[in-house]
Amino acid sequence: MRKSLEKYYRIDKLPHIWCPGCGNGIVTGALVRAIDNLKLNKDKICIVSGIGCSSRAPGYLNFNTLHTTHGRALAFATGIKLARPELKVIVLTGDGDCAAIGGNHFIHACRRNIDITTIVFNNNIYGMTSGQYSPLTPLGAYATTAPYGNIDRNFDLCKLAEAAGATYVARGTVYHVPQLIKFIEKALQHKGFSVVEAVSTCPTYFGRKNKLASPVKMMEMLRDNSVTVKAAEKMSKEELTNKIVIGEFLDVNAPEYVEEYMKIIKRAQGEE
Amino acid sequence: MTMTTKPRLMQGNEACVEGAIVAGMRFYAGYPITPSTEIAELAAEKLPKVGGKFIQMEDEIASMGAVIGASLAGLKAMTATSGPGFSLKQENIGFACIAEVPCVIVNVQRGGPSTGLPTLPAQGDVMQARWGTHGDHPIIVLSPSYVREVFDLTIRAFNLSEKYRIPCILLMDEVVGHLREKVELPDPTTLKIINRKKPDLSKIGHYNPYQDYDGDGIPPMVNFGDGIPYHVTGLIHDITGFPSTKPEVTEHLISRLMRKIYNNIDDIVEYEKFFTDDAETVIVSFGSTARSAIRAVKILRKEGQKVGLIRLKTIWPFPRKAIQELPSTTRNIIVAEMNFGQLREVVEAASRGRFDIIGLNKYNGELISPDEVIAKVREVHKNA
Repeated sequence: MRKSLEKYYRIDKLPHIWCPGCGNGIVTGALVRAIDNLKLNKDKICIVSGIGCSSRAPGYLNFNTLHTTHGRALAFATGIKLARPELKVIVLTGDGDCAAIGGNHFIHACRRNIDITTIVFNNNIYGMTSGQYSPLTPLGAYATTAPYGNIDRNFDLCKLAEAAGATYVARGTVYHVPQLIKFIEKALQHKGFSVVEAVSTCPTYFGRKNKLASPVKMMEMLRDNSVTVKAAEKMSKEELTNKIVIGEFLDVNAPEYVEEYMKIIKRAQGEE
Repeated sequence: MTMTTKPRLMQGNEACVEGAIVAGMRFYAGYPITPSTEIAELAAEKLPKVGGKFIQMEDEIASMGAVIGASLAGLKAMTATSGPGFSLKQENIGFACIAEVPCVIVNVQRGGPSTGLPTLPAQGDVMQARWGTHGDHPIIVLSPSYVREVFDLTIRAFNLSEKYRIPCILLMDEVVGHLREKVELPDPTTLKIINRKKPDLSKIGHYNPYQDYDGDGIPPMVNFGDGIPYHVTGLIHDITGFPSTKPEVTEHLISRLMRKIYNNIDDIVEYEKFFTDDAETVIVSFGSTARSAIRAVKILRKEGQKVGLIRLKTIWPFPRKAIQELPSTTRNIIVAEMNFGQLREVVEAASRGRFDIIGLNKYNGELISPDEVIAKVREVHKNA
């Protein structure tokens, strides 16, 4: 690790709990680099997570950090942001935490367009509980609770975020790191609800069940299956099956929730 | 003499919001549910006027999460709900217990279980208020009987919550919530308002968020964004706030959470006694049911019946002393409550076999009337 990045970590809490070959450290590293590149005030950043492998990341990061209940990080984060708008609030969550148990909070945070950056560590599996399928596990993939193959159709989380009202939406992978850092930087600078889906790797549980049981194989899969938004536009639905579309899907401006509420305060106090 | 506002007609739910704002509430997150909804509506109207924030969340679980987040960021925060919503909030109430986040949860009780009787009164959440969330934990539960008392106990709920860093539950019932009474509110400047203890950083050097610096079991609290980054988790944690599975760390944390409340029972517990000094029979009650009991005691006393009343304002921790200090004349205790007998078992345990414990229970959505209390006392005295 670069010496200049050490201040962002709780070095005494390392090594982390993640398995060898896990992509979560890469996503966490990308976030730290994005924060460093933007020279954000460390003490004014609050990082909130739910439950799962990804949600352990805040424990290693030297900010105001809050490790909440399963799926509820966005609810806690909404309280923090509304109570203290000067804080930069970042939510770190996983595919199960965000899209299953936390799905309701996710769509409503998108809808409010509250100024929170959400980074979804998508490893397509419940890693902490050893390999059950999540709402982002691809159709037909194997998991401990899908021993005959997954028949649950998976969400496209970026499309979901866009439809629900998020105003910055991008997807990157832990293979395409400089791009992932750039997306996180843009999300952090964006006023409103921003979502970065970071496709990660879980060789231990997803990989072993799906003939990708080595970190290298999983990285090769990300390399070989990723297509850019632009390339995807020219591809048919069939051609896009099992492909990971990466890039920026949306970057628009819309009224932000906390700013709108501050106007309500002025109105209620008769200043408007 | 305490100055008061002009008398006005006020609903219990309205008095709750008035009290909360006086106590310093500046954040409310909620979800509509009968019979508590007026609390959310009034909070939405009044909070921005004092620079506070209101948000209607997508569900009850999110409301509780947002309240905890806001409190960690430094605002006094409250939510209000009823039975089904109270069930949904329980996991995050447990988070507030273990992470020691001050907050107030109002439960305007209605008939249950499940959707039950949405518009009718009950007192069936006595045990859920105590043990609704999983694991060992203390909790403070207050129960008002009058509209003015809703105001007072809401302030007290905030004060105790801030002082002891614990979620505090205001257990109302539909009658007290919807009842309108003539109320005179005190001058807010005459009221004692307690704010969470902050660390003296000049003395402690490095801040450990869960260290018992003062020996009272209550760690001083730094708000998020005040320049000292630290970690908060719902996992068992050591004094630094980081997870641990060590037996000694676990035992230390749970013991301290219990100690900070149970070492301060006299500060937390409040109850009123009426005519208990020579009473042969004592009624124990709370909330709207206690109002019928008072009326019954007054009528029975005129007849010369030796009847008294203990009206609980604090339900949890249960005021055992109130039972144990009853005079030697007392033989019977009637526990009057709108449920199947939740508090009766607690009174029975506290009485240690000294008294005959009789339940006066109603769980059909109707109030217990003074006549029903009178009839029960007469029946007990006749059989004696």
